[in-house]
Amino acid sequence: MLRARVTITLKQGILDPQGDTVRSALAALGFDGVADCRVGKFVLLRLTESDRAKAAAQVEEMCRRLLANPVIEDFRFELEEIP
Amino acid sequence: MRFGILVFPGSWSHQDFQYMLGDVMGFEAQVVWHKATGVEGFDCLILPGGFAHGDYLRAGAIARFSPVMPAVIRFAERGGLVLGSCNGFQILCEAGLLPGALLRNASLQYRCQWVHLRVESTATPFTAALAPGRILRMPISHGEGRYHADAETLRRLGGEGRVIFRYCAPDGTQAPEANPNGSAEHIAGICNAQGNVLGLMPHPERAAEGLLGSEDGRLLFDALLARVPG
Repeated sequence: MLRARVTITLKQGILDPQGDTVRSALAALGFDGVADCRVGKFVLLRLTESDRAKAAAQVEEMCRRLLANPVIEDFRFELEEIP
Repeated sequence: MRFGILVFPGSWSHQDFQYMLGDVMGFEAQVVWHKATGVEGFDCLILPGGFAHGDYLRAGAIARFSPVMPAVIRFAERGGLVLGSCNGFQILCEAGLLPGALLRNASLQYRCQWVHLRVESTATPFTAALAPGRILRMPISHGEGRYHADAETLRRLGGEGRVIFRYCAPDGTQAPEANPNGSAEHIAGICNAQGNVLGLMPHPERAAEGLLGSEDGRLLFDALLARVPG
């Protein structure tokens, strides 16, 4: 069976106050080596399609139509075999 | 003038809209469940505030695929008047009826407060009877109201008079502290190219009676009466 691991992030240049706040919190804990932090979304999809090419096309379409908003977000995904 | 007020699972401002439009202003105002597949007989559709479908994934992302939405899009394309407030604005953007998107407030805080808005343009029937530069006072209540669009879109909106409202200080100036959510260019409301679809983050329906703090929300609909015969 295939599983898609979809990562959605705000486009570069769009202010991410959540990421900035996490970076400040990390700095407060002494992790001062974080130059930038962006917080995104992670979606796991267990697919019934077993053909990788077809599955990739389906997930791409899902991202374009619903999972990500192209005005503000970028997405990427990987497919992995799961038992 | 017959208003249809859409109700999605999680809408919360439809009753306030119905009260303002029906009880206070005397219009015919009917609620329309999101599973309706037609919107015939209405002159204006309202997409109210709330958290349609829980705002899961992104505000408006699921609502834009509600069964009623294809009819709303056809209605808008034929020139029907559509107003989306707060969550309704988010849905209109997700549906592609308005450009841009609404992001998490820059402060990360949910903001529930009164704001001042400057009327920037009379390009939509909702503001046709208002003088540009007029200051309106209405409440906001949102966590994701930071308007974003790319530079080209912002330039086009400004150039075409499609920025309808900007957040401002009580005297009309654009002080940074008067922008409650970090919106690009203080934008609080925009319209589509034809002017028949308006989206705004503030809540006109919560500013319908002096007793509750402001009557300015009614002005958008008074203006409508002046422009469109009922």
